[in-house]
Order: sequence, then C-alpha cells, then structure tokens
Amino acid sequence: MNLFDIVGPVMVGPSSSHTAGAVRIGHIARRLLNEPVKEAEIFLHGSFRATGKGHGTDRALIAGLLEMRTDDERIPDSFAWADKLGLAYSFAGIELQDAHPNSVLMKLTGTKGRHLEIVAASLGGGRIKVCEIDGLEANFCGDYPTLIVRNQDQPGHVAEVTSMLAHKSVNIATMQLYRDKRGGSAVLVLECDKEVPRESIKWLEKLEGIYKVTYLSLEDVEEGCPA
Amino acid sequence: MSFHSLKEIVSAAERQKKPFYRVVLEDDMSERMVSEEESFLAMQAMYSAMRSADESYDGEMKSASGLVGKDGQKMEEAIKAGKTISGGFMGEVMARALKMGESNACMKRIVAAPTAGSCGVMPAVFLTYQHFFHVSDEKMTEAMFTAAGIGTVIAERAFLAGATGGCQAEIGSASAMAAGGLAYLMGGGSQEIVHAGAIALKSLLGLVCDPVAGLVEVPCVKRNVIGAVNAVTSADMAMAGIVSRIPPDEVILAMRSIGMALPCSLKETGEGGLAATPSAVEITKKLISDF
Repeated sequence: MNLFDIVGPVMVGPSSSHTAGAVRIGHIARRLLNEPVKEAEIFLHGSFRATGKGHGTDRALIAGLLEMRTDDERIPDSFAWADKLGLAYSFAGIELQDAHPNSVLMKLTGTKGRHLEIVAASLGGGRIKVCEIDGLEANFCGDYPTLIVRNQDQPGHVAEVTSMLAHKSVNIATMQLYRDKRGGSAVLVLECDKEVPRESIKWLEKLEGIYKVTYLSLEDVEEGCPA
Repeated sequence: MSFHSLKEIVSAAERQKKPFYRVVLEDDMSERMVSEEESFLAMQAMYSAMRSADESYDGEMKSASGLVGKDGQKMEEAIKAGKTISGGFMGEVMARALKMGESNACMKRIVAAPTAGSCGVMPAVFLTYQHFFHVSDEKMTEAMFTAAGIGTVIAERAFLAGATGGCQAEIGSASAMAAGGLAYLMGGGSQEIVHAGAIALKSLLGLVCDPVAGLVEVPCVKRNVIGAVNAVTSADMAMAGIVSRIPPDEVILAMRSIGMALPCSLKETGEGGLAATPSAVEITKKLISDF
C-alpha cells in the first residue's frame, strides 16, 4: 500500500467498489476481447444487482467497455457514448453460484466477431478479480500482462507455452491450471512480468490442440474511446 | 510505507530534525523509487484535483436516486445571508464538505481520501484554510503529505473501508488525516500533528456504516461535515497544547478492535442502523434496481 492508495485515486464517484471497480472490469474485458465491443450482454449479481443503478455500476461497466478510465468525466454519459459508437448492450439480474457479492457476468461480441464470456468481481478500493473466462475458472487481478490459453487437456501444452515465454525472456509471476474433466478442456492462466510479444500469441493460436488464446495487455492501445 | 506506527515517524522526524511531512515524503521516494520532484508533484496533483472538484460543484444536481444534492448550495446561501452561528471559517468548511460529498454521489470526479465516501473531509478543511490564510500550494502539499502519512499508518494498523471497520474507518480516518495536516499548517510539530489526529479519531470511534439502500448518500454526505468540523476542533485543541491521554497508535488499534467487534449489519451492508429504519426500508423498496 503506497501513499497514493491513501490519498487518491482521482476517480468518478460515488463508490470505489461499485463505480471505479466496475469501470476497471469493463476496461479489462475490452482488452481481453482485443477488439472494440459490438454487443454486450451484462448480468449483475448480488450487491451489483441490488445497488447498481444508484451507484452507476451499469454506466461504469459500459464506460470501461468503451475504454474509459476510472477518472473519465464521461462515465455518467456512457450510454449515450455507446449509442454513438455502435455498442449495443443489455442488462439483467442473475444469481451466480458461490460468487463474490459484487460480481458481473458479461457476454461480449467484438466488431470482428470474437466472443468472450467473463465473470469478474470488484473487491473494494477499485481492486478487481477476473474469476472465470469462457466458462472455466481463472483468477487474476489485471495488474500484470496476463496470458490465458485454452487447450485440449493433453500432455505438452504447458511446456509449449512456458518454453515460448522462456525463449522470449518473459518471466512468469504466477501460474494457474484448471480443467473441466480429464481429456476435456483446460485453461492455463499466466501473469507475466512483462508484455508477451504479439507474434508469439499468434504462433500459439496456430498450435494443434490449442482452442483459444486470450491476452491482457497493459500497453496503451491506439484505438481508445474517441474524445 | 516502511513505517508501521506514528511513533516511528515522529521518532525519525525528531532524530533527523525534519518535519513530519518530510519523513513521509522521503519514505515515498524510496518505496516507489521516485525522485523528490516526482513524489511532490504527484501529491500536488492530488491537491489540484481536489480544488477542481470543489470548483466544479453543480448546485442544481441531484444523485441518480434523488436522495442527495443541492444541500451544499443551501449551506452556502445561508452563510452568505449571515444566518449561521458557527462562524465564517466553519461555515465554509461545512459547505465544502457537503458539496464534495454530493459531487461524489452525483458521479462527478473526486479524489478518494482515503475513500470515495469520505472524499469531502480533507478538501473541506484544506481548501478553506488556504482560502482564509493565503498559504502557498507548496505548503498545502506538505500538509497533504502529513495527512497521507497518518492515513497510511491507519491502513497498516487498522483499516480504511466501511465494509471492514464501519464509518469510523472512513470518516474517522479522513478526519484524523485532515486534523494532522491542519495542525501542521497552523505551525504544529510532529507531536501536535499526531495528537490532533488522535483526538479527531477518538471522537469518531464507534461510528457505524449504515447507508440507506446501500448507497454512498445517506448519511454519508452529511457525515463528511462532522468529519471536517471535528478535524478543525481537534487541531485547535492540539495547538492549544491539549494531548490525547491515550497514545495515537493505541487509539488506532482501538478503532481496529471496535471495527472487528461491529456486527456485519453495521458495516456497509445496508441492513442495520439508519438503513433499517421504516423510512429507509420504504426508500429502499422504491430504489431497488430492477435488473
């Protein structure tokens, strides 16, 4: 905890968990999708559902999907910006099992047709956690460049991914492995100390047995929300 | 921060013959590996953001729920009309605290200090002090470091979130931070700074977090006023030579143990206290989101 966690951040109110955290969830989901969002089905759980309207959680999530940051003064008007930029959205309530009280499920479709389903929670003070990606468990906070590889549960895929990272001199900060069943679908979540090169991600996507590669880059993307 | 108690900061300041804020600033430089200039400018930017937030208050605005808004303007008008009895300085402190709390509820840009719910306390006290006593922005930034040092120790020894410690952790901490900063501005040394903070925190111990409908509106906005006013009286007491009989670090631990003893219904769940009154239940029914 540093001094500017105590005085700061500069943010749009009213709540660091329900507003600023929601903007961050939207923003990280947009980055994971890796293309502008065309359609977003959003399902709110728990306290997000009960107090989301009053806290502007709905507008905050859309603002994040449009790549606004937590101090962007356009957050209250994000619905109008979504209409203008061609993002179609819908909201509904949901009862997620064993989920944190401030959780949201988002089903996203990008302008180039990419799909992403994500469950994320806002933990307080603007900190968040991604809990699920495309129906499989994940557990990362979005503070590191994060590589998520979904593959067939068979020997060798972890080695392929980790040796690629070793080759590119990318140090792994944390590593998690989940699967739905033996021989089924597996997911590898790697938080890294530096950015993974784009061409390496493309290379991974082409490997046999790898279904999908999702990557959270923390580098500034060029296509931000138009001012 | 590498300090775990106010006593450690005070000892370091006295040993090195430096002001309290200077020890906090130098610690930030080594913790985040930044230059003095970078650290100072970052804090100055926080103060500027507080000023912009204060200036951009819109007296016509209401929150999405309709529960809060326009009160800062009412307060300002009452002061202008000479209807208040608590004096010009205190009047301005009250108006500013209301305005910032309302701006937060209305989704305007604010500085969480230490939290969004308590964002009105520090700017109410600091901006008003600068307005009345014409102090430089540099000096105000030093007061911000002083306040941040106190807040960081509270975060280390206790907590700052209403969900963990009740409102005493939010408004109480903000008030302690502002009181310490104010004591510095008034010419106080390390002892006056930490005793002002301790007196402020002691006076708000036990304050619960019971927001109506779970929103950062009722009673949060008005509690920013008590936090700010309490900071002023605490700094005045400390500068008069009054000390906290319980050492400041122990007051913080008391806040922690009270927070842990509070039932969940009084920690930002919207289930107890004011949130459970018949009127609040009625309001909640109308406001519950229909997602």
